[in-house]
Formats: sequence, structure tokens, C-alpha cells
Amino acid sequence: MRAVAQLVRNPDALGGIVILVVITGLCVFGPLWLHAPNAIDLGAFSRAPSLHHLMGTDDLGRDEFTRILYGGRVSLLVGFSAMAVGIGFGGTLGAICGWCGGVVDVALMRVVDAAMSIPSLFLLLFLAVVVPPGAVSIAIVIGAVMWMRPARLMRAQVLSLKPREYVEAAYAIGSSSARILLRTVTPNAIAPLIVEGTLLVGHAIVAEAAMSFLGFGIQPPTASWGNMLTNAQTFVSAAPWLAVFPGLMVFIAVLGFNLLGDGLREVLRGTR
Amino acid sequence: MLPFVLRRLALSVPLCLGISIIIFCLAHSLPGGPLAMYMNTSTITAGQLQHVSAQLGLDRPLYLQYLDWLTRALHGDFGRSFSDGRPALAVIWDRIPATAELMVCAFAISVFLAIGLGVLSALRYRKLADRVVTMLSYAGISMPVFWLGIIAILLFGVQLRLLPIAGIGTPGQPFSVLDNLRHLALPALVLAGYTAAQQCRYVRSSVLDVLGAPFVQTARSKGLSERVVILKHVLRNALIPVVTVFALDAAHLLSGALITETVFAWPGMGRLFYDSLHAGDYPVVIGIALMASAMVILFNLLADVLYVVIDRRVQIAWA
Repeated sequence: MRAVAQLVRNPDALGGIVILVVITGLCVFGPLWLHAPNAIDLGAFSRAPSLHHLMGTDDLGRDEFTRILYGGRVSLLVGFSAMAVGIGFGGTLGAICGWCGGVVDVALMRVVDAAMSIPSLFLLLFLAVVVPPGAVSIAIVIGAVMWMRPARLMRAQVLSLKPREYVEAAYAIGSSSARILLRTVTPNAIAPLIVEGTLLVGHAIVAEAAMSFLGFGIQPPTASWGNMLTNAQTFVSAAPWLAVFPGLMVFIAVLGFNLLGDGLREVLRGTR
Repeated sequence: MLPFVLRRLALSVPLCLGISIIIFCLAHSLPGGPLAMYMNTSTITAGQLQHVSAQLGLDRPLYLQYLDWLTRALHGDFGRSFSDGRPALAVIWDRIPATAELMVCAFAISVFLAIGLGVLSALRYRKLADRVVTMLSYAGISMPVFWLGIIAILLFGVQLRLLPIAGIGTPGQPFSVLDNLRHLALPALVLAGYTAAQQCRYVRSSVLDVLGAPFVQTARSKGLSERVVILKHVLRNALIPVVTVFALDAAHLLSGALITETVFAWPGMGRLFYDSLHAGDYPVVIGIALMASAMVILFNLLADVLYVVIDRRVQIAWA
């Protein structure tokens, strides 16, 4: 509870929370009042933003604001799922490496090194061709490219906690090794992973947008902030608003996650 | 010094092997696998496919195939491009100058901006200039690079009509340096913006760290002028860790270059990767992935070596 109070008092974190609550609220509840995202109105294509169409319409007469909200659902969902995959897989692996040490640690950490040496976007696009298209597989692919940093972080945390007295005390009262790792070490090691996870959602949203923009992510007609920009470049002189709003949404959402992540980092550093 | 470099080089050999295994596995799981070229031929029968597969040795155990593939890749043979029939390496090689031009310029702009603004920001700590730079760099790290590119096109290309928005030169005109530079301006600036924000934050915090160090206080209390303190004592020390980060960023630029080249139709390696992936031209895709990874390893190595070269303390620790 004290941490929450501190979080709200931190201006960065508060800004991030406000941004994220507004965006998530709009994307989750907004579509309840709006029309279908792919309703085509050829009588009203490429209209500039107005009261009737807040963000204008695209080349097929689809309402840009509606598509932004539906696209936001996809982008946020992919962002959070990719974070869960990355943190879950990376965190578990890192904890095992740090706890077991020895050959396991050396071998797995070399895999981390190798995976980190392939430029991330190249790996993302490569993987995107291998898996079947769809939001779930995109999320897994992004998670599969982003698990390395959480793994290193968690390993370092576990390594630093291993020689602590309370771990020794847990051994002394007869706890099993697995129980100590799960119940004693992990809760104490998790703080930096929370920060990393928050920042990771932002990275994942950018990654999804980049993949979809390049045509390897979410496939049209399903809207996502990335694939809404694919055509925008063609119409950049006739309908510039199409190039502005989807990217602006990505920017604001990522800004929110970055602010919240940095705020969390400060607060968690203070409480420990 | 030499033993350190040699040791570091030796360590990157298993790393390269690991990467090659990952990429080989990926290549094998691509739609159609190594036989993807034949998948587009509608007249081919299952029997013929099996025959080709046996002829190419694809029915052998995977590790033998990997060794075979690795030997050929080490000789620079990534197979032939499906789309134009030339060796994949030659196809990639043609695109390297454009990518190099873009990346070197972007990197230079980025370093210049980052050091200038980062140092300014740290020296004006909590003053207006610092707040503006901090805000800009914060916005920069949250900005998706492809959107930055589209906005740059919208602003400078379409609205202001200042700069060309695509390609490496005006089609139909003989090559001229000025024309080339005009085409380079937008992609290079956008790509530089991608890393400058991050680097600027790093420079700022590094300078702030050093400013608080006791030896800076000593230098000031000796009566040295502020100019000498900043230039000789603060910057020299603050830029040591920064150099390492910059070298690592050079590798990071590759991903950004892929997007920038695609947005601005810059005929480089990244654009080639994108086109080849869309066309299913896998030998080229695999070749680029391998070369890009090799570049990352090289830059990481460079970062480590530079660190030792610059910092006398680390050298002494190694001696």
C-alpha cells in the first residue's frame, strides 16, 4: 500500500498511469459505442478530421478513430502477452541459471549471448515468416526475441541473493532447494523484473507496430496501429491525418509505459 | 593488450557457432525449407520433390546437413538467389555501400548530437536547457522510428517540399554528390534520431556522475579554470564509458536501418532483407541475417577493445 501511495506521488509514474488508464479505457470500452471497425463507406473516403469523424476517414471511408480503438485492443493485447512470454520464460531461465550455477549456467548464458547477437528486428521478421499469422503467434514471437534481458537481470538478482543470511536460515530450518528458490529468493528478486516488464510492454508495442507496418505482423483487414500506417505512406499528401494518428497512439502508449517504468524503478529503489 | 584481444576473439568463436545453429534451424523451418524454390513450381510432383531432396542430401541427419551448410557458408557460399539467379553473396554485396553510407552518416550525426546536447544538459543541470533536452530525449526514446520517418516525409517532403523522400538519387540523372546527399539527409537524420535520444541520456548521466566525483572538487580547489576542469577532468573521464555504449549502438543501428531503408526506399541491405523476405528469397535472407549478426559480434568486440584502449586503469588491471 505504501508503495502505491509513493507511486502516485511520483510525477513520472503518475503521468504514466494517467496516460495508460486513458488509453486502455478508450480501447476497451470505446468500441462499445462505436460502429464496426471495417464498415466501408465509399461515399465518405479520405475525409479530413471533423466532429463526425474525429480522426477523419481512410481511403475506403472507414472511420479512423474507430479503427484506432480496435487496433489499440490488438496492440495492447499483443504488448502485454509478449511481455508475459518474455518475462515468464526469461525470468524462469535466469532464476534457474543463477540458482544452479555450473554447467547449466554457462551453457544457457551462452545461448542468451548468441540470441542477443542477432539484430532483433531481423530475428523478429525471420520468425514472423516461420509461424502462422495471428495475434497469438505474433505475441509469442516478440516474447521469443525479448526474453534475454529479463533472463540476465533475474540471474544477476538470484546470484546476489544466494549468499544472504536469510537464505542460509531457510536451509537451516530444512527447506528444500526448490522451495527456497520459489518462496524465499524469487519474491525478493522480483522488483527489477517488474520495472523491466513495464518497459518491455512498450518495446513489444513498438515491435508489433514495426512488424505490422512492414507487413509481417497483424494482417489487414484486422486493424493494428502498425498496419494502419502501411498505406498511410501512399496517401501522405492526400490524407496526412492517416499518417499522424496511428503513430501518435504508439508514441503516447510507449511514453506511458516508459514513464511508469521509470517511476516504478525510483519507488522500488526507495522501498528496498 | 594483445592477449586480451586474442582471448576475446577466441570467445566469439562459440558465439558465432551458436548463432549459425539458430539461423540454420530457422532456415530449415521456413515454409518449404531448403526446397522453397521448387514450391512455386506448380508442375512438380511429390516424386520429383523426393528425388531432388535425396539429390541435395536433405534426407541425411540434420547435424550432417548443418556441417555441410556451415562449410559452404564459411566459404561465402549462401546458395543462389531465387529471384535473380546470382550467388546470394554477390546480391548482398551490391547493397552494402548504400547501407554503409547511411549508417556511417547517421552514426556521426547521432554521436555529435548526443555528446553536444548531453554535455550541455549535464552542465546546465536542472536549468531550462537541461529540462528541454531531457524532455526531447525522453520523447525520442518513445518514438517508433518508422513513424518518425513518415512524419519527416510529411513535413519536409510533402508540406515544405525541401528534400526528396525516396531513393538514393534522382532517377535519370547522372550521379552527383549533392543529389546523393540531398537524398541521404532525411533517412540519415531519422536513423540518427533513433539512437541519439538514448545516447544523449547516457552522456548526460555519465557527465553528472563524474561532476560529483571528489577529483573534480580537487581540481576546482586547486584553482583551475572551469574550462580546464570541464574539458580535461570531467569530459575525459565521462566519455570513457560512453565510447563503449556508442560502439554497441552501432550494432543496434542495423535494426533501425532496416526500417529506415524500407520507409525511404534506400537501396541498402535492410531494404533487400525486407524485399527478399516478401519474395521468399531465402538464401539472401539467411545471408543477410548471418552477416548482420557477424557485424554485431564485431562491434561488441570493438566496444570491449576500445574500453581497454581508452581506460588506462583497465589496462593496468590486465597487465
